[in-house]
Amino acid sequence: MAGKKSRQEKDAFTLKEKVFRGLLYSAAIVILLLLLGFLITLPLNSLPSIKEYGFGFVFGKVWKPTKGELGALPFIIGTLYTSFFALLLSIPFSLSIALFLGEYFREGAVPAFLKSSVELLAGMPSIIYGFWGIFVLVPIVQKIQLSLGIAPYGVGIFTSSIILTIMILPYSASIGREVIQLVPDDLKEAAYSLGATRFEVIRKVILPYARSGIFAGIILSLGRALGETMAVTMLIGNQNKIPKGIFSPGNTMASLIANDFAETTEELYLSAIIEIGLILFLLTMIINLIGRIIIRKTSVT
Amino acid sequence: MGNTRFRIAANKIFQGIVVFLSFIIIVPLFLIILHIVINGISAINWDFLVSLPAPVGEEGGGIANAIVGTFIIILISSIMAVPVGVLTGIFLYEYRTSKLAEVVRICVEVLMGVPSIVLGIVGYLWIVLTFGSFSALSGGVALAIMMLPVIIRSTEETLGLIPDTLREASLALGVPYYRTIIKVIVPAGFSGIMTGILLSVARIAGETAPLLFTSFGNPFMNLNIFKPTETLPHMIYIYATSPYKEWHTAAWGASFILVVFLFALNFITKILARR
Amino acid sequence: MNKTILKTEKLSAFFGKEKVLKDIDISFPEKKVTAIMGPSGCGKTTLIRCINRMHELIAGATITGKVYLKEENISDLNPILVRRKIGMVFQRPNPFPTMSIYENVIAGYKLNGLRLPKDDLNIIVEDSLKKSALWDEVKDILHRKGSFLSGGQQQRLCIARALAMKPEVILLDEPTSALDPKATSRIEELIVELKDTVTILIVTHNTAQAARVSDFTAFMYLGELIEFGDTQKMFIAPDNTKTEEYLTGKFG
Repeated sequence: MAGKKSRQEKDAFTLKEKVFRGLLYSAAIVILLLLLGFLITLPLNSLPSIKEYGFGFVFGKVWKPTKGELGALPFIIGTLYTSFFALLLSIPFSLSIALFLGEYFREGAVPAFLKSSVELLAGMPSIIYGFWGIFVLVPIVQKIQLSLGIAPYGVGIFTSSIILTIMILPYSASIGREVIQLVPDDLKEAAYSLGATRFEVIRKVILPYARSGIFAGIILSLGRALGETMAVTMLIGNQNKIPKGIFSPGNTMASLIANDFAETTEELYLSAIIEIGLILFLLTMIINLIGRIIIRKTSVT
Repeated sequence: MGNTRFRIAANKIFQGIVVFLSFIIIVPLFLIILHIVINGISAINWDFLVSLPAPVGEEGGGIANAIVGTFIIILISSIMAVPVGVLTGIFLYEYRTSKLAEVVRICVEVLMGVPSIVLGIVGYLWIVLTFGSFSALSGGVALAIMMLPVIIRSTEETLGLIPDTLREASLALGVPYYRTIIKVIVPAGFSGIMTGILLSVARIAGETAPLLFTSFGNPFMNLNIFKPTETLPHMIYIYATSPYKEWHTAAWGASFILVVFLFALNFITKILARR
Repeated sequence: MNKTILKTEKLSAFFGKEKVLKDIDISFPEKKVTAIMGPSGCGKTTLIRCINRMHELIAGATITGKVYLKEENISDLNPILVRRKIGMVFQRPNPFPTMSIYENVIAGYKLNGLRLPKDDLNIIVEDSLKKSALWDEVKDILHRKGSFLSGGQQQRLCIARALAMKPEVILLDEPTSALDPKATSRIEELIVELKDTVTILIVTHNTAQAARVSDFTAFMYLGELIEFGDTQKMFIAPDNTKTEEYLTGKFG
């Protein structure tokens, strides 16, 4: 009878259905376990260093592995210095591109060209930026330094910040463009009908409306800047000291790890480097979290 | 009246500034492409592509091992990341309102933001130490973790765009849920999912940091995934930061190859996205 | 006397705690067209979705009461099998965009992994498309994608797709509300022809349509069954005042 057959078929279906859903859940669990793995592995392997140097590690100014004195401050400062400098420098450019493509010239060959160019820049690998930076940017910076009467290192905070600026601005530019495009036309028209100029509409209607999205793009850029490794490593001068000024060489957390990790098997030293990786990881996570909160608070929709 | 003229002037000036600042970005882009093409093309010949690196100081040699190594590692990471990523994306679509989905989404966002060098550390700790050697496998694992968030996000987004009526039509024909997903929904979203996969490959193809202490590098050709392997980005790094002029030239050549590969990938992705 | 093919017994449906169908008792006669009409929100779509067990797919949706298909309680059957016996056509035509016309008609078989010899499939395709009055228009372009057809043609394709499964009952959920008048009248003609093959339940908010195509009509209001009976009789001399008010356009 139909009833009996349906029970057999029912079981077959249910089994396949269960297997399928099981696979879906398994994939989701893998992601959870992955993140969990990070959160366990990094602190676990930093333990020797944490035990040895304690909380002061974060504020320690000296990094001399041969003497056993290890402090993370030079690199934390190096990371923050380069990242924030690049961020601030990139904002006028990325905001301009966002306004150009999202408000002024949305259609046409020239905007399409600009959009493609920005995409190309976003897709360029870090190593190529670094490589190009060594052979093109460094000589330029050296000339600038000579004309200013300072030591022509060529490499240093300044150079790596410049390359970072170029690397991160496509991100805030793209996101900025998207949110600026989404500002409803009727809001803008209301302002125009009151006699506002375009500049005023941008300042008073578009930017306030789009501000949380623009901010999201900025946070994304900052996150990229903090974690950027190769280009910075090649252009920062690799000096494990707190940089004195903008043209000094220095080092970031990422570039320290890149340089030193494979150089040693000594447990304590390695563990300290891993601890720096942990600090970098936490820093990026916290900034992303803060960004999310601010975005939620400032969002119009 | 004076105020109006000022406002109109300010408007024009602002527009000018916006246009100017927007196009400055073209300068570095142009210079980068220019240098890669000029310096790179001179290094490229058939020999360059198929031979192994020559010892320092000797003429000739090539980047064959790096090209092969790059493909091997991309293959390894894709094999790991694509199934897990697409399934997770389907999970997030199926169970989108559940608490677990919320948690997974947060995990995906965090993973997306992990600096690539930290992924290298993890790859080292989990795979290199376990197997006792630098390997293509460990590099693949680190890169797979980089690919996952991109694939997951684009799969979830693509599936979300598929109209409900399609699902309903299939279910109304008596097709069980799992078959509806596999045979109707996922195929309908195929090009979007494929785009996500290609984007994730483009993301990792040029990555160096995670490979520094996972796949490490190898002056010879290596097809064993448990042994160190050379890759294009890594080779560029080693050669560019070396003091040898021949190596610099080779690095430009390798950069050229890498950039052409990424261009091609992007181009294919765009065509696919248009479907 | 008309034989009953589908019967609901004290059927109530809920979205969470909200009761949207209240103790519906209807016996649908076999091989006849029954219209289910009423103003928006009266529960007519929910009713048919309970019949093919699509209602329960919504999170938090539940039912109480029973539905019988030919003496069998559909809750005892696997919902997948219920849906093969009771087909559905939706308000907006929804042919599968990645499939050809041919593949769309036999989609129910393909997607269920039911393998049939090519000849059998060809016969099913031709038969279903003829029954849905689409064969002549598409017989030479069976391998083109379904999305190229007009709205009315797409809807007839969806009807063919449902017919291909050889169901006992077909549920039509406002099948012509997204179509132009010409396409609408073609489908109405089709419905009257089809009842010899299969029992039809048609949900409609268009009373004139109900009068044109149906043998029996159920009038629903705010989740309750107000009146059920012979269409001609109900339209000329309804038993219930609410029915009369609805038919004369006083509300809805």
